[in-house]
Amino acid sequence: MSDPLVDIKGLKKSFGEVEVLKGIDLGIDSGQVVSLIGPSGSGKTTLLRCINFLVEYDEGSIRVDGREVGYEDDANSDRKPRGERELSAIRAQIGMVFQLFYLFPHLSALENIMLGLTKVRGLPKAEAHDIATGWLERVGLADKVDSLPAQLSGGQQQRVGIARAVAMEPKVLLLDEITSALDPELVGEVLAVVQSLAREGMTMIVVTHEMAFARDVGNRVVFMDEGRVLVDGPPTDVLDNPENERLRTFLTRLNPHFALEPH
Amino acid sequence: MKAAFESLPFLVDGLLVTLQITAIVVLISLVIGVAMGVALTYGSAWIRWPVRIYSDFIRGIPVLVLIFFAYYGLPAMGLNLDSFTAAVVALTAFKISHVIETTRGAIQSIHHGQMEAAKAIGLPFWQRLFSVIFPQAVRRFLPPWINTVADAAKGSALVSLIGVVDLMLAMQKVIGRTFEPMPIYIAGAIIYFLINYSLSTTSRRMESRFSYIRE
Repeated sequence: MSDPLVDIKGLKKSFGEVEVLKGIDLGIDSGQVVSLIGPSGSGKTTLLRCINFLVEYDEGSIRVDGREVGYEDDANSDRKPRGERELSAIRAQIGMVFQLFYLFPHLSALENIMLGLTKVRGLPKAEAHDIATGWLERVGLADKVDSLPAQLSGGQQQRVGIARAVAMEPKVLLLDEITSALDPELVGEVLAVVQSLAREGMTMIVVTHEMAFARDVGNRVVFMDEGRVLVDGPPTDVLDNPENERLRTFLTRLNPHFALEPH
Repeated sequence: MKAAFESLPFLVDGLLVTLQITAIVVLISLVIGVAMGVALTYGSAWIRWPVRIYSDFIRGIPVLVLIFFAYYGLPAMGLNLDSFTAAVVALTAFKISHVIETTRGAIQSIHHGQMEAAKAIGLPFWQRLFSVIFPQAVRRFLPPWINTVADAAKGSALVSLIGVVDLMLAMQKVIGRTFEPMPIYIAGAIIYFLINYSLSTTSRRMESRFSYIRE
């Protein structure tokens, strides 16, 4: 069996005195859609942000497609942070979609997607334009090509955010609570896009509070609490028949009816 | 009154010197100040500290002291500057500190998520700055920066004290000959006002030009 696409071993991270990740081991195979769930403060967002080195981890390793993300060994086999160029090249292969979209407000929807294509992948303008247009059509925003982010609804902005990330053809896509900032009626349109990406075999790691989403789209659910992975398995096992006490408590808090339903 | 009008060409010569000093000071301080402001915002501690100390120190000194130091103090250290150069050096050193702070403020006003999103698509540092951060920060940078330009134009009057014949000293020389201070001072005030009024008009126009960027 080959190595997992995303291979996390012994990952530790502290913010000052607080140890947020206390040794995470997690392997994610190509094509898997993994939902990371857990109470706030459990470290799931930090874990996600370590994978593209937006957060610098302290110990352990993260390999994406066999390559260590944030560090390299120098001639004396000492660990040192990667240089800016290499780090950027690695990040270009790891897509990320943010809770608050973070579209570039001075650029149109199309330009938001084209920026990475031209400046990072070095594609000619015309080709980048075609790819970006294609993705906007794909997420149902063909008529919003020239709109600035401020002219779009939250759901539309987030769909541009997804298009911006996947247009780079990443090996893995990180989704950080991408529907948490949306009005409830806009959640569906965003999840539909993610669902269609999942069907096409996009590898995704999804931090989410939407259990329905974890169940429908994900083929694996990882429950984290206090910086550790406590439960890891298929959605039906993890969400419907939780044996772990803390997971039960978490699911009950999320949905008070959970405790009442028969399992 | 007639004398005042006859002295106008002389005042215009002074005005040109004032504009020349202002332009040189503004341009050099813009380039160096923005570079140091970026260093202060993103640099490692070894770069940040010297910039921080420079900025705080210079801003804590009256410009006039800086001008006197450049003209009377530096020769003692073996550096002889003519009055024009000394004036430009002192005013530039002063303006740089303001541009540093304006730059830092403008950059920090941009949500950190913009930098993260730019990192996430794989843009290297300088691309993040030029394609994502600067285009947004320029709107926050312009209003305070144009204030400092106006400040530089007005502050340049101090160089008359080390004998640079700018608009201010030209006025005083004319008054010394005509003994008619009022008309000359009024003419001078109007000229200074026109410079700064055109600057603040430009500022407003530029602000509205960049105001399409909303968060």
